[in-house]
Formats: sequence, structure tokens, C-alpha cells
Amino acid sequence: MARAAVSGRLGERLRWRVATLVGQREETPTTRTLVLDVPGWPGHLAGQHVDVRLTAEDGYSTQRSYSIASAPDGALLELTVQRVSDGEVSPYLAGDLVDGDLLELRGPVGGWFVWRPEQTEPVLLVAGGSGIVPLMAMIRTRRQLGSTTPFRLLYSVRTPEDRMYADELQALDPGLEVTFLYTRQVPEGWPRFPSRITEKDLAAVAWAPETLATTYVCGPTPFVEYAADLLVELGQAPDRIRTERFGPTGG
Amino acid sequence: MAIVSRGFQGRRRSSDHRLPPGQYETRDFPVLSAGPTPRVDRDAWQFSVVTEAGERRSWSWRELMALPAERPVVDLHCVTKWSKFGTAWQGVSLDLLLADVETEAEYALVHSYGGYTTNLPLKDLLDGQAWIAYGYDGRDLTPEHGGPARLLVPHLYLWKSAKWVRGIELLVKDEPGFWESAGYHDYGDPWREQRYQGD
Repeated sequence: MARAAVSGRLGERLRWRVATLVGQREETPTTRTLVLDVPGWPGHLAGQHVDVRLTAEDGYSTQRSYSIASAPDGALLELTVQRVSDGEVSPYLAGDLVDGDLLELRGPVGGWFVWRPEQTEPVLLVAGGSGIVPLMAMIRTRRQLGSTTPFRLLYSVRTPEDRMYADELQALDPGLEVTFLYTRQVPEGWPRFPSRITEKDLAAVAWAPETLATTYVCGPTPFVEYAADLLVELGQAPDRIRTERFGPTGG
Repeated sequence: MAIVSRGFQGRRRSSDHRLPPGQYETRDFPVLSAGPTPRVDRDAWQFSVVTEAGERRSWSWRELMALPAERPVVDLHCVTKWSKFGTAWQGVSLDLLLADVETEAEYALVHSYGGYTTNLPLKDLLDGQAWIAYGYDGRDLTPEHGGPARLLVPHLYLWKSAKWVRGIELLVKDEPGFWESAGYHDYGDPWREQRYQGD
């Protein structure tokens, strides 16, 4: 039986907490990282998410889930939010907020799409677009711990300017191999034509099945469906592939 | 008491439907599952009910198709916050499939091709509340939405509506399924916002 991802009393972990925005970073023209100070944050595992609740003055309230982008760091927590142009929540979170504003959140949530530091098998991370966010938490947690677990990242984006965390990913961590894929437009001199992910792209990075590697795939639904199917066709065991899908909706 | 998010307007619901707390309406059909989509051949497909005494009743695809189908139109509520109104399904009522089963069980553990499981009280599968669904929106149910067939139990959060359903194990004692073991609620009533254990 799987156990709850972070121990501690459930009631405490699922209590709504007040978070204060203490910093922001534009990651790409459409995404922004929010740095939140959450007193009493119980810590989290890489890959988990939080529920965010927004309440209007008349009491109307709505919630969304966002993956955590940062490694555990005391009371500080980073979420990276993609602005969905007609979204109800994301244009507010990643556009209207200013430092000092308050949000409500609870979590961490999710005990399946996580990388636990005690895992020693090689890891393949496959990201489509904003699907990089929970995978970045895994890369950052690995770095924070000085882990030598072999990691590979295959990161598919439309154009070079859509790469989130680009500088950080190019300053390579030991034992982390990063491969970018471009689906619409490539950097100058790039050897691969722009195209969606192919079997060849995945074959080049997939770990041999006998390594019992774990593969994490995260992105929009069509990307995840396609990449996970290709990985199975390449001989990866389905139970070694964990997926998380972002619907295009809601924002 | 909720704090007010400065300057947040929000968007009130766009239809006459009631939304459970914390949910928003979507018009497309997002996909959520924990791993690759299993591909299940209809010729090899089988659906079984196993009682606490170990008695098994199974249906092949052909046998399922031969049973009277219902066409429920229902609202879906996913724990990831989206709700979708008025979805049209085709499938066989579990009242029909469970009618002749002899059991004293109060709980059900639903099993799927691919290894997924989810638990719920047996009574929530009865009284016109649940179906083995194989059609969606007038077409065959596609694999990413759980085809060839999935459980449909729309009055609970959608993770209870196990995709790629393979069987139902009747249990005297409740046993947590896949997400329930990872901290999600054993019952999952959207109207009581039972998302996680302890809610």
C-alpha cells in the first residue's frame, strides 16, 4: 500500500493556509513563477501539487490545482503559472498579483507522481510545455540533496522562447542530461527540424528496460498520451511510467 | 473564514446548473490517469463480479452487448476541480449486472485493466446510480476516456468511475484503492467536497 506522501496529521496538511506573495519571476512570455511564503508549510515531495483558492469580495470562490516548482525550502514555495488567455484564474495569478498579496492554499497533495529521494533507479523526465513544472521540482530536489541518481530530461517546447527555467537547465547538474525538442521553431543551426516528439527522440533518451528506470511524463493530454504510448512500444514497462496530464481548460 | 483575494473578480457560472463547492465548469473533456493508456482488445475483454465467498460471474464483450443498454445523461465532477454538465453515455446498469449476485458485502473494490483500483460502498453502485459504460456522445468510448468500457458512477468524484474496468470485488470490509491509498477520500462526494482523507 502506498502511504501518504508527507507524514503528519492529515487535518493539518489539508488545512487552508494563508500564503503571502514575496516575489515573482517571468519565466517565458506566458508564464510566471510566484514565490510564496506559507507559515507552517509542512514540506513536500517533488511532483506534488497544491490547491489554490481565490475568493472575490462578494464571497464567490473558486479553486485550481498547481504543481509545485521548487524543492522543499522551509516556508517558501514556488508555483509556476501559465497564463491561459481566457482563463478565470491564471491571468489573475500570473498578471494581476503584486508582492504582499494574499492567497489561500492547502497541500501538499498527490503521492503518485512524485520522486522520492530514496529512489535510486535512473529517471527519465519527459515534459511537454508547462508539464516541466513538477519535473523541475524533481531536478531541483535532486540538486539540493547532491544526489547522484542518473536523470535525463527530454523537454518539448514550441519555440526557444517557450523554454521555462532555460538558464538553470543549461547550467548542467552532474549526472543530469537535458535534451530540448522544438515543435514549431528551432534555434539557429539546430540539427533537428521542428516536429512533434517522435519514437526516435524517445529511443535516444529512454533507459534500458533492465535498469528498472522510472519515467515521468507530464504535459498536455495529447502529448502525454502519445509519448506514453511510444514508450510502451519501445519496450518500457507500463508500470514504470507515471503520467500527469494538464487539460487545456479552466486556466 | 476565507480571505478575500484583492482585485479578484472571478467568473460566475455560465449555465443554470449547480456547481459543487470548489468546482468550475468546463466544456471539453480533460483526461486524467496515472500511467499509459492500456489498449484492451474487445475479443479478450471480460468483466467479472467476485463475491466475498469467491463466487465469480463473468461477461464477455458479446454478452455485455446483448444486455439492454441505458442512455444516462449526467454531470461529471473531477477532483481536479472541473465539472462537465450533461454528458451522454451508453451502458449497462449495474442493477442488472448485480441482480443475481448473492452477497453480504457492503463495499466494492473496482479493478481495471492496467492495475488501477478504486473503492466505494456497494450501495452506491445500485439503484440506478452506476453503469458499465461503453458509449460516449453517440460513439464508442475511446481508450483515453476508459474504453472499451468504464465504470460510470457520476454522483461521486470521477476517479471512482474507473476507466478500463475489468471487475468488481465485493468486500465485507472496506479496502482502499489506488488514489484512496494515496490520501484521497474513501467516499468522494463532490457536494460535501470530500476530496482528501479527512475532508
